[in-house]
Amino acid sequence: MTVTGMTGDEAVAHAAKQSKVDIVAAYPITPQTIIVERFSKYVADGEVQTGYVCVESEHSALSACIGSSLTGARVFTATSSQGLALMHEMMYIASGLRCPIVMGVANRALSAPINIHGDHSDMMGSRDSGWIQIYVENAQEAYDWTIQAFRIAEDMAVQLPVSVNLDGFIITHCMEGVDVLDDDVVAKFLQTRQPMFTLDPKKPVTVGALCFTDYYFEFKRQQVEALAHVQPVLEKVAKEYKNISGRGYGVLDTYGMEDAEATVLCLGSTAGTAREVARKLRAHGKKVGVVKIWLYRPFPIDEVRAVLKNVKALAVFDKAISFGAQYGAVCSDVVSALHTAEKRPKIFNVIFGLGGRDIKPSDIEHVFNEALQTAKSGVIRQETLFLGVRE
Amino acid sequence: MVVLKDLPTEELFASGHRLCAGCGEGIINRMTMKALRGPTVIIAATGCNEVASTIYPYTSWRLPWAHIAFENAAAVASGVVEAYKAMARRGVDQGHIDVIAMAGDGGTYDIGIQALSGALERGHDFLYICVDNEAYMNTGIQRSGSTPHGADTTTSPAGSVIPGKPEWKKDLIGICAAHGIEYAATATPAYWNDYMTKVRKGIEVNGPAVIDVLSPCPLGWRHESARSIEMVKLAVETRYFPIYEFERGKYKLNLNVSKPKPVEEFLKAQGRFSHLFRPTYRKDVIDEIQQNVDVNWNRILKLCAN
Repeated sequence: MTVTGMTGDEAVAHAAKQSKVDIVAAYPITPQTIIVERFSKYVADGEVQTGYVCVESEHSALSACIGSSLTGARVFTATSSQGLALMHEMMYIASGLRCPIVMGVANRALSAPINIHGDHSDMMGSRDSGWIQIYVENAQEAYDWTIQAFRIAEDMAVQLPVSVNLDGFIITHCMEGVDVLDDDVVAKFLQTRQPMFTLDPKKPVTVGALCFTDYYFEFKRQQVEALAHVQPVLEKVAKEYKNISGRGYGVLDTYGMEDAEATVLCLGSTAGTAREVARKLRAHGKKVGVVKIWLYRPFPIDEVRAVLKNVKALAVFDKAISFGAQYGAVCSDVVSALHTAEKRPKIFNVIFGLGGRDIKPSDIEHVFNEALQTAKSGVIRQETLFLGVRE
Repeated sequence: MVVLKDLPTEELFASGHRLCAGCGEGIINRMTMKALRGPTVIIAATGCNEVASTIYPYTSWRLPWAHIAFENAAAVASGVVEAYKAMARRGVDQGHIDVIAMAGDGGTYDIGIQALSGALERGHDFLYICVDNEAYMNTGIQRSGSTPHGADTTTSPAGSVIPGKPEWKKDLIGICAAHGIEYAATATPAYWNDYMTKVRKGIEVNGPAVIDVLSPCPLGWRHESARSIEMVKLAVETRYFPIYEFERGKYKLNLNVSKPKPVEEFLKAQGRFSHLFRPTYRKDVIDEIQQNVDVNWNRILKLCAN
């Protein structure tokens, strides 16, 4: 293991390289570009045997990935924002045809107005596409999760695509020390993909047949079953990964949750800032905590219920708006998960960071104070708080 | 040229599919399968051919076949071609596998043109067959970029003011040839050995190849099912659909039509042009079509003379 200075994008590219992907089909888009640039260089320098399909759009990128995946190849792609939106149609087909593709998503705001900075609008727009969705906090996590993602995706009980989400610029372009595993260690951990079926002329199969009212529903139900296998597989994979890396992962991460009365729940890079603020508040005797969701789809309902059972007030952070809905997507998921719980906290939603609007420690401290107030009074003053916006 | 006795008796496209009686696609599928060189994978776009041949849990295809979506057969085929190569590099060598993408004219001339252009530019080794029945037949006969001028479709209806589709058919072969690919050709199932020879040529080319095969559609063209082959033969005999190929930079006319029939014979045989004959005889539109046929024929002759 060696510690190397890398941006989040570079960490993802390096992980894909060590994962010995057979095919990368991708199209450049800010802030994902560094991933495809680095990978192109690996190909140009003969560092990988990967076939790089330099397609003419993101739609074709994911289309080519699906074709490659059906042959039994290990496949990687990466995109962002408008590119992910252009892939939207193909995302449902990738999961429906059970293609274990891994995709790095450099999360970025959606137009209009056009904006290149980080928020979660892009992936939340494809929330229901049947992909396994992981959100990472920093470059190290981007590296670690990309490698683990192949094992989870390709597991015989799962056979589903995975998106590894990293906040645009905050993670994609920020240089950090990344603890990188040796090539042979990664190779041994991942092995080669063992596909369930392939486009093999010796054993012909028809893929993507027309299913009417008599079969379509059953196929969709099977996808629900496959998603139910994700969590146990992820936990098994994470345990093995800890053995080779010393870094332990799971469906979510917590800080201060042993006695927290007021809690912040969030995805991605915001967790680091929230944890730092919580550390300071706890030093002053405030019972606050942080829950970071790693696995957003399938949503870890039982773990979320368990970790929040003694919390009095909860602020759920959403870096995307679900227009016309009561809450952002994450908050809706949390509220749904707790709906049948016997004990549940008072919950309010924090919409923040749209278009890359900075979230400062003082912003998060404000939210913690609001949550502490709610914990004390039992009263939610504002169901949805738009944090850091001029109104 | 392919000869009858060399054709395999094996049927890789099985009967029992649900294509309409007289549909050109079933005939084209069968001919295509009999022109293969070895292990082959078919990538299909959404369309009549796909919905009628693979209604789950049935399939007519006795070789690996995959349908992904409407607009991306060329992109999917790119991924398939490159993946076989990449896996061979890491020791999973399955021998050479030919890849054929099949799409309709909607999936080629219109919504799939970007994916096709990208794949041709990148130079993947595959054959792209456009089964061209000159409209979106699967969704109920809507006009496409391939629909001929004057044709009555549900989105270019013959009305009291506009007599069918105002625009002209796109030059697909010209577009493909402009990518500098080695092989592009037109064909119809009426000249089976011409089509099958072209399929084999397209497969054997080391890089992308495109065939635009005119496919009669009794439902959309509105002619008797039994007259399908006659229709595409008429298309050739009237010079409406010239049969030619573009090979390594050279154009070649494959079927010379020295004594062409008037295009009117092709038009009047089909219901999609019936409004040009009844209630009023639209000489102006028919003349315009004839003129276009003549100009196009001379254009192609010129290309072939170089």
